[in-house]
Amino acid sequence: MLKILKYSFFDLMRSSWSYVYFAFYLLLGIVLLFLNNDLSKAVITLMNVIIVLVPLIGTIFGVMYYYNSKEFTELLLAQPLKRSSIFLGQFLGVAISLSMSLIIGLGIPFMAYGLFKSNAIWDFSLLLVVGVFLTFIFSALAFNIALSNENKIKGFGYAILMWLFLAIIYDGLFLMSLILFEDYPLDKVSLIGTMLNPIDLSRTLILLKLDISALLGYTGAVFKQFFGTSFGLITSFIMLTVWVVLPIFRIVFKSKKKDF
Amino acid sequence: MVEIIDLYKKFDKNNVLNGINLSIKEGGIFAVLGPNGSGKTTIIKTILGMVIPDRGTLKVFNTNIKNNSAYRHEIDYLPQIANFPSNLKVSELIKMIKDLRGKTDEDQNLISKFKLEPFLNKKLGTLSGGTKQKVNIVLTFMFNSPIIILDEPTTGLDPISLIRLKELIEVEKNKGKTILITSHIMSFVEEVADKIVFILEGKIYFKGSIDELKAKTKQQDFEHAIANILTKNHA
Repeated sequence: MLKILKYSFFDLMRSSWSYVYFAFYLLLGIVLLFLNNDLSKAVITLMNVIIVLVPLIGTIFGVMYYYNSKEFTELLLAQPLKRSSIFLGQFLGVAISLSMSLIIGLGIPFMAYGLFKSNAIWDFSLLLVVGVFLTFIFSALAFNIALSNENKIKGFGYAILMWLFLAIIYDGLFLMSLILFEDYPLDKVSLIGTMLNPIDLSRTLILLKLDISALLGYTGAVFKQFFGTSFGLITSFIMLTVWVVLPIFRIVFKSKKKDF
Repeated sequence: MVEIIDLYKKFDKNNVLNGINLSIKEGGIFAVLGPNGSGKTTIIKTILGMVIPDRGTLKVFNTNIKNNSAYRHEIDYLPQIANFPSNLKVSELIKMIKDLRGKTDEDQNLISKFKLEPFLNKKLGTLSGGTKQKVNIVLTFMFNSPIIILDEPTTGLDPISLIRLKELIEVEKNKGKTILITSHIMSFVEEVADKIVFILEGKIYFKGSIDELKAKTKQQDFEHAIANILTKNHA
């Protein structure tokens, strides 16, 4: 698997898209930090960008890489290699190279700003950890969709729909259901609802860490009670890990049964 | 060496393989023939583990190939359409496959045999179909495996390369290897093949030598013998 990972990784590192992605984060970090001068605002803006953009890029890159490397995959399938190592190697290649663009692209401006000396280092680290989790989750989901759809256009369509659902539609439905059932106690329901969507979960985690939960009113208090504790934090990270592991399992399972 | 027992495969509602039984115990050149869509490539891909059969057993050197990948060390495969990652250079691709499969020095001989030196630093996406096929042949023959599977090896080759390919196949055969070939060029098959495996509608219709086939169909030449089977069964 490590050999496949190596080839996929270097293949992606040579493609100009990795650099565009890297340059985008570099620019974003520089603009936010040096033109804004308010660190906590910069982190919040970054959060908003990361939480929407990282899943989108992960999804598109995942689907695109799978379909584009079809020939490479077929060549590998005839070699004495396990199917699971071929697909996991490719997936990790995509996820790791995207994560690196994110970490280095944001890390450089933050280091230049002198972040290591400030208190915001933990907020910033959490931001990066969540970003890496989201990259892994959404590229794994994208691989799943691509593996299940021979047709490129269909695969792309489903992948974008999945992103749209988790990033935007889910929130809308969630909010509407909260309004509809406002007469009932909803703390537990809304907690579970947040846990079931990796994007919501990441957003809540960061918001509460930034100590602006007061803005969220009553729900914020409930959330703070849960996510603010170490139990809540651990549970959230376990949930994020589950979100990574489940799609990976399905990649292994699905790839074993597929005809090429 | 290769044993196929009662193999079935369906793509959607299309029954491609309907109970294939095939046993190849000795070395030599076996030509797998049949009309378009008869399941030739599917059989080859099931032997390679690229297509998973619905039912049936497949053994290579007496090991069941189900959920196994190590047995592919014993097989060299030339795919039908040479689809390579287009942003790789020829030399990088050869290096990569060597890295994945193990060391060999045979690649240098093959590269000079097929005059591929000027293309080594070109990207695969820019090569012509025939040159890609030559790269394909180099990748296939550079490992010294006991089983060789060639799916339409002659596609796009110029006459001189075709002669080189035939020489290469002859040399490998004399080492006692088992070589499976599919082709639609009957003159090529007649020239190189020791035995014919004829597939019709997902079943083995005939297995034997070319002379046996001629006798069975009461035809003078090989091409007519094949045509005879097809017209009789599709009339």
